[in-house]
Amino acid sequence: MELIPDQQDLQPSNPTPNGPDKSFIPHSAFRTPHSGDPAWVRWLMSGITVGFLGVMVLVPVAAVFAEAFRNGLGAYWHNLTADPDTRHAVYLTLIVAPTSVALNVVFGLAAAWTIARFRFPGKPLLSALIDLPFSISPVVVGLMFVLLFGAKGYFGPWLRDHGFQILYTVPALILATTFVTLPFVAKELIPVMEAVGPDEELAALSLGANGRQIFWRITLANVKWGLLYGILLCNARAMGEFGAVYVVGGRIGGQTNTMPLEIETLFQGFNTPAAFALASVLTMLAGVTLALKSWVETKVLPMEPPSAVAESLAG
Amino acid sequence: MSISATNVVKRFGRFAALDGVSVEAASGSLVALLGPSGSGKTTLLRIVAGLEVPDSGTVRYLDDDVTGQSARVRNVGFVFQHYALFRHMTVFENVAFGLRVRKWPERKIRDRVHELLNLVRLDEMAGRYPSQLSGGQKQRIALIRALAPEPKVILLDEPFGALDAKVRQELRHWLRRFHDEFHVTSIFVTHDQEEAFEVADQVVVMNKGKVEQAGTPAEVFEHPANAFVMDFLGNVNVFPARLEGGRVMVGEVVMPVGTEKMVSGEAGKADVYVRPHELDVSRSADGGNAIRTKVVHVNPAGSVVKVRCMADDFGLMVNVDLSPERYKSLALKPGDVAFISPKTAKIFEPDYSI
Repeated sequence: MELIPDQQDLQPSNPTPNGPDKSFIPHSAFRTPHSGDPAWVRWLMSGITVGFLGVMVLVPVAAVFAEAFRNGLGAYWHNLTADPDTRHAVYLTLIVAPTSVALNVVFGLAAAWTIARFRFPGKPLLSALIDLPFSISPVVVGLMFVLLFGAKGYFGPWLRDHGFQILYTVPALILATTFVTLPFVAKELIPVMEAVGPDEELAALSLGANGRQIFWRITLANVKWGLLYGILLCNARAMGEFGAVYVVGGRIGGQTNTMPLEIETLFQGFNTPAAFALASVLTMLAGVTLALKSWVETKVLPMEPPSAVAESLAG
Repeated sequence: MSISATNVVKRFGRFAALDGVSVEAASGSLVALLGPSGSGKTTLLRIVAGLEVPDSGTVRYLDDDVTGQSARVRNVGFVFQHYALFRHMTVFENVAFGLRVRKWPERKIRDRVHELLNLVRLDEMAGRYPSQLSGGQKQRIALIRALAPEPKVILLDEPFGALDAKVRQELRHWLRRFHDEFHVTSIFVTHDQEEAFEVADQVVVMNKGKVEQAGTPAEVFEHPANAFVMDFLGNVNVFPARLEGGRVMVGEVVMPVGTEKMVSGEAGKADVYVRPHELDVSRSADGGNAIRTKVVHVNPAGSVVKVRCMADDFGLMVNVDLSPERYKSLALKPGDVAFISPKTAKIFEPDYSI
């Protein structure tokens, strides 16, 4: 026996051939031309936009590359690879940034899940606390860690007695970077998790899934694009971090100098070509991040169409 | 498998969502939890499913106390109001989910999923994503996803709430046939009395965290236990009446309440309930026992003609349902004078709580 409705109610609401529906992304919002405005207004506005971006963004970025490649590709390569301190700075950034990102992914998932799924007293406070690192100057963050782990800090002497040195080591760089980039993943995930809601997780539970299966197959799968977006932002910020690591790292070349710190060291040492060569690498890493970010933005999250309306139209 | 919930209490802060509720669903039956929003019906359903933990009370499947058990091990199929289909999985993977977590062999999963998809004639949708389905299609996928692991119980939360009227009607009949085919004990939540009455074997009317009445649709409709049930189950006219010498009077009209229990001799006040189809209309007061009204509005669309009349003596708007034949012979128009007389009426024990 076939059990179907008396009449076929149904045409699929959306004949996209493959993959989740992405049609809700409001590209069209920007398309409408304001043809009512006089020509000079349009020219002025687009002139300001293009001019400002040109002067403030394009020219400086281009100048970095121009300066880096001034003496040709060979010199560029030499500037990057000859100095062991420069090589170490690249290596250190590629250690510190991913480690901080990883820590913040764990924290961000836990925090977003807690805030999106539960109601508890103090929730606005917790939410504000997550935002705090955004609003504190990185230099102050650095000083806070000096206050905790310095020779005369709260934990410094005890740690030293037990054979641990935090300040002026790689762990200090990771701590400071993690603090500064802490909000990125969590703040990206909270609205996504709130929008998805708990129903799919509960559905999985009632279908017999255990906590691990629900997390990997439902929760994480539903927020993966938001998570990736948060990771990219977090990573960009972590790689570029200067102020906090400047204070806690002690600027020891070949030991605690990350790329931004090494660039500054080279620049202060009048080694301008090497400084700009390294700066161009950092800028290129930012370019890669930007490209990935733009790609993720086209995916974001396949949300359900606003239910009631879409469904009554579809039925 | 029979299900029972006994003396279930659930509070959210100071709000008592469920205030000592007991409900039973016989094995293989289809039970509707009917009530207005905030009546606690969805909370009760979620407690039966194990998605919510009661503050006190017990839930039993057959004779097993499952109150402390997680939803994961209860083997219950739960259909969510907004379907809760896994949006990043295809239709096939949605239906297969419950089987995969149970580690069914791949071939058995494929056979089972296609069997169910064919059953609801959506096999060609296997590769689609939920966002590419219509509301009715989503509803059916949600139901077979819940059915796939062969649950002992199916629970549905406002199964047709998000659909438009026509699709709703179709799926209602479909659900009933589906249930008759599978005979899985099922409980569904609805605020639509028509839906409850059309589909369910048993109706449980809930209000403010309590059960007002439980019974077959016929029992509940014909013998509503109290004023709330009477009022909730569709249109009803409420007349303020006097109790005089064992009679129930509205103005000078004697209401045929047909019960002997109300003869409390004392003078008092009570509300009398008369359904629109229990009123008769005539153009003259020759019967004597009639309320004088003026016709305000006539709606002839439908199987009954709905007439709204104003009873000026009481400042009361009265709804009357007439058969089309009766309407034709009366030829009522707005503005006409009409005399209405109750063929039958109901009165409930007045509330002495004051």
